Amino acid sequence: MSDQSTDAGWFAGHTADDDLRAAIRTGTADAPTDWPTAAVNAGFADDTDDYYATLQEATIEAAHDAVAERQGADDQQLLHAVRAMDDATRTANELAERCHKWASTQFDDVDSGIDGARDVASREPTDPVEERVVSLADRIDDLAAEADELRGFIKRLAPEVALNLAEMAGPVLAARLISLAGGLDSLAKKPSGTVQVLGAEDALFAHLAGRGSSPKHGIIYTHPAVSGTRPEDRGSAARALAGKLTIAARIDHYSGDFRPEIHDELDDRMATIRARADDGDEESEQ
Amino acid sequence: MSDLPDGIQRREFDGQTRLATRGDPVYGEPTDGGWRCWDAGRSKLGAMLEGGMGIDLSSGEGVLYLGAASGTTVSHVADFAGPTYAVEFAPRPMADLLDVAEARNNLFPLLKDARKPDTYSHVVESDLDLLVQDVATRGQARVAVDNARFLGDNGQLLLAIKARSEDVTADPETVFDSVCAELTEAYKITDRQRLDPSHDDHLGVVARKR
Repeated sequence: MSDQSTDAGWFAGHTADDDLRAAIRTGTADAPTDWPTAAVNAGFADDTDDYYATLQEATIEAAHDAVAERQGADDQQLLHAVRAMDDATRTANELAERCHKWASTQFDDVDSGIDGARDVASREPTDPVEERVVSLADRIDDLAAEADELRGFIKRLAPEVALNLAEMAGPVLAARLISLAGGLDSLAKKPSGTVQVLGAEDALFAHLAGRGSSPKHGIIYTHPAVSGTRPEDRGSAARALAGKLTIAARIDHYSGDFRPEIHDELDDRMATIRARADDGDEESEQ
Repeated sequence: MSDLPDGIQRREFDGQTRLATRGDPVYGEPTDGGWRCWDAGRSKLGAMLEGGMGIDLSSGEGVLYLGAASGTTVSHVADFAGPTYAVEFAPRPMADLLDVAEARNNLFPLLKDARKPDTYSHVVESDLDLLVQDVATRGQARVAVDNARFLGDNGQLLLAIKARSEDVTADPETVFDSVCAELTEAYKITDRQRLDPSHDDHLGVVARKR
């Protein structure tokens, strides 16, 4: 038996003196079995009382660690991570454009964009100019890879900072909302009408100055509940989504519980809004 | 009224007869000579017992408790039961649950998702006598069916179904019927009863593993 085996208990491959927290937290098994007896037979514990004492110590320590990790998860770190990801992506794209123009003077068949830069980076330079072009392409490849790493980091961190918000908005949009508001604390204090137009400040102030109509949505446009709804109903969809996102942010900030019902309420509301499109079609057919 | 095991008694608190178990107080409940009152208004399992449902409990039995939250109810279960595995998904209530667990050497807290039993099958033992479930998630029947693997033959399920978690708009009775129908995949239902008025739109279900 080894740690990786999916029919092994959490204690497999360990002695009772090992640090067992990771084994509790990350292990899996396809099916339970009589673990106390298995542990005694494997020499892990002297008897079942001894096993239960070790198990309790390990489960409490593992849960302590997991709680500390999740509660220490800091909205400011998430804010920096999402801004860094956007900067890295934008800069990589700008440099890729420069690299494409330059590399086209040195090589044939250079594609544009990050993929083009990656292709250039894999070439063997033969003179000092090519050396610079390939080196630049190398940096672009690294920068794009860092942006991907940051995205993965945000996906892991966002549910720890704001479980309900990340579940409802998706981790990246949750991070962007926290970033635009300046923190989970200030997002939780914003009225839903503000959350609805976060990221559309230019349009909002143009409207307030008397130019243009009021924006229906800001960054929440990227949520499928808004972008997947027909244009006539997007205002309603954005209003409904912003309302639920505000509630989710408040639960995350003030309580920290996971509340599945708010996600179901959003689904119900969206179903009602989308049903208007179907009703409309039927009417026009009649 | 169901027979109570040694670890649970009916005792007088403020002139009323209420359930009680023996252990360290957890949530400011009244105590009487080492016995702590089990508040049915704060515990769905407490309400199921007070409501006289056909529940068969015995001292020292092995328990898996899904949706332990801050440990209000699971603390009473651990007072009379044997090894008690408490699964909770959210970190903040888990912090309270850890205090409850530290005062009871038979309580094992697990910060896990009850919808993914694979992630704790390497810790929770098989052949348990009792599965208690109080999770507010859509698919409560699915969770109970997937976790039947931890119960021994004829093992007992005590389930509190929250109608609003399944469908906020549907009639609660319709929701209860459909959840109960799905449960029969792994269980035989022996009793069901609404937990009103202490817990609105909740149904208590007692079942045996098939």
